[in-house]
This record gives sequence, C-alpha cells and structure tokens, in this order.
Amino acid sequence: MSEKSKVWEVFIQSKNGLAHKHVGNLHAPDKEMALQNARDLYTRRNEGSCIWVVQSIHIISSESEDGEVFFDPSNDKLYRHPTFYKMPEGSKNI
Amino acid sequence: MSLIKYILRIADSSLIEGQRLSEWCSKGPTLEEDIAMSNIALDLFGQANGFLEYASKIDKKKSPDDFAFKRDEGDFYNLKISEQPNGHFGTTMVKLFFSSTYRYLLYEELSSSNDETISALSLKSIKEVKYHLKHSKSWIIRLGDGTKESNNKVQQSLNTLWEFTGEYFEEDSIDLEMKKNGIGLTKSLENKWKDIVIDTLNKAKLEVPKSTYMQTGGKQGLHTEYLGKILTEMQSIPRKYPDAKW
Repeated sequence: MSEKSKVWEVFIQSKNGLAHKHVGNLHAPDKEMALQNARDLYTRRNEGSCIWVVQSIHIISSESEDGEVFFDPSNDKLYRHPTFYKMPEGSKNI
Repeated sequence: MSLIKYILRIADSSLIEGQRLSEWCSKGPTLEEDIAMSNIALDLFGQANGFLEYASKIDKKKSPDDFAFKRDEGDFYNLKISEQPNGHFGTTMVKLFFSSTYRYLLYEELSSSNDETISALSLKSIKEVKYHLKHSKSWIIRLGDGTKESNNKVQQSLNTLWEFTGEYFEEDSIDLEMKKNGIGLTKSLENKWKDIVIDTLNKAKLEVPKSTYMQTGGKQGLHTEYLGKILTEMQSIPRKYPDAKW
C-alpha cells in the first residue's frame, strides 16, 4: 500500500466563515480515504466544521533562494501595517 | 431480567469488538489507519459503557465496571463474530464491515424503541456507527477491487467469517419478549443487512459466500475458544487489584 499512497495536505476550517488553516499532512491512496484519514487525525478534539485535502504535489511553493526578492522589499514599508488605525470595538477575526 | 440480558447483549458485542480492535493500536498498517482503528475501538467502548450504565441502573448492586470486569465467559452475551481474531488487516475490515452494517441497522431501529434510554443511546451511537460503516465499506471496495492478491485475501476472509453472520438475525425468547413490548427490534434486519452487504461486495468485485452453515450460541453465553483469552487480558488488572481506583 505504501508505494501507492500519496501525500496530502490538510486544511481545517474551525468555524463557518473562517478561513481554512493548514494543519499538517498525511498519507492516503485516494481523495476519499484522504478525507477520512484527515477526519481521524486532525479533528478528534472537535477542531473543525470543514476539511479540505489537497495532494501535496499540487502545492506550488516559493523557493528559499527567492526569499530576498520576495520578502525583503516590504521590510521598510511600515505604512503597510495597519497599526495606525484604531480597532473598531467589538470586531473580531480581523 | 430479560431486559438486562437484552442490554448486556448489545453492550458485550461492542465491548468485545472494541477490545479486539484495540489490539491494532501501534500495529496498524499505516499511522493513519492505526489512529482510525483506535478511534473506532474507543467509540465502541463508549457505546458499551452507555449500555452497561443502563444495566447497572436496573441491577443496582453492580457498577458498569463490575459488568465489564467481573463477569466470567459464560455470562458474556456478545455475538461470536466480535471475539474472532483480527487476522490480517483485510479480515479485520470484513469483521468491522459486517458488524457496522448490523449495528447501524440495529441502532436505527432501536432509536424508536419504547424504552427511552435504549432509544437515546441508539440515537447517540448511530452517528459514530455511520462513520465505522463508511470507513470499513470503503476499505472492502478498495481491497476487493485492488490487486489480485488483495482480492484473494479479502475473499478468503469473507468466506471464513460468513458463518458468523447468522447470529445477527437470531430471535430467541428474550428477543420475542422485547419485540412484544416494543422495546426491541420489531422486524428482522436480515434483508436490509444483505442489501448493503451484497451491493458492497458487487462493487468490490467480491463473491457473496454461498455456505449456509451458521454458528450460534453467543447470545446464550456459549463462545468460541477466543473469548476466554480476551477476558483474561481485559480483566487482569481489576481481578488482581479488585479495589484499585484510578
């Protein structure tokens, strides 16, 4: 089985309306089993209301050598951080 | 007394099957499946516990733990299939598939029992069992419709375990009494069980076993050689330290 099994990334949505968050990965031979395994591995303690699984090979990642080009330019642009605003009272999940 | 025996039959099948399934813990074919089987075993313990609590409400001298850990082999009323050895992974999945199909139909019927506790326990358990059925069923289809080797192996498991499936549909005087007062099953689950099983085996490209010889006796406390060994292990600590607390 192991030679046929693929790696899947798991995303859990904790509440309706919130974003799905990456929680880890797992092995499974197909999408149906990947979903069942994700349920067993990552939602045992009532963590979720929805699960996404995506085969890891479909994830495109930036390369570590691109780090400087991608991320350094934002270092000195403080004005992009929303620290100059007051949070409206009672707002959550911002 | 009939009611308590009826409750113990349901509890014992879940308890013993859970105990068997927990033997896979740390030995599963993959980490994912190891956790899946341990989860299912825990679900079964939870269901057994619910019914044992009910039994101890009727027989107030005994706690749920007394029922689980201080009864002997002949006082256990589980179906024989639940005590059968796990064998290889395919055999375990066939056992789980047969039993989950049965348990799903059983709880579905018992959720409208005249007995409020039985009805509530059944309603609570049915969600868990639906998942056990979904999981084991997808493995039967995968293994049956997998490679030639996996098909052969699961077919052999099916043929070996088939003789234990007659017990699901047996009716003795206790069942009849429970049927009469609207507490137990009002009709046999056999047709519905066969529909699900045959449909799944067809999808899995597996043959429905033709043998008609069926085992019997579990519900009356007559067991195969395996139950004694399971109980010896399961009850060893409470028997060695009878008043131990944790």
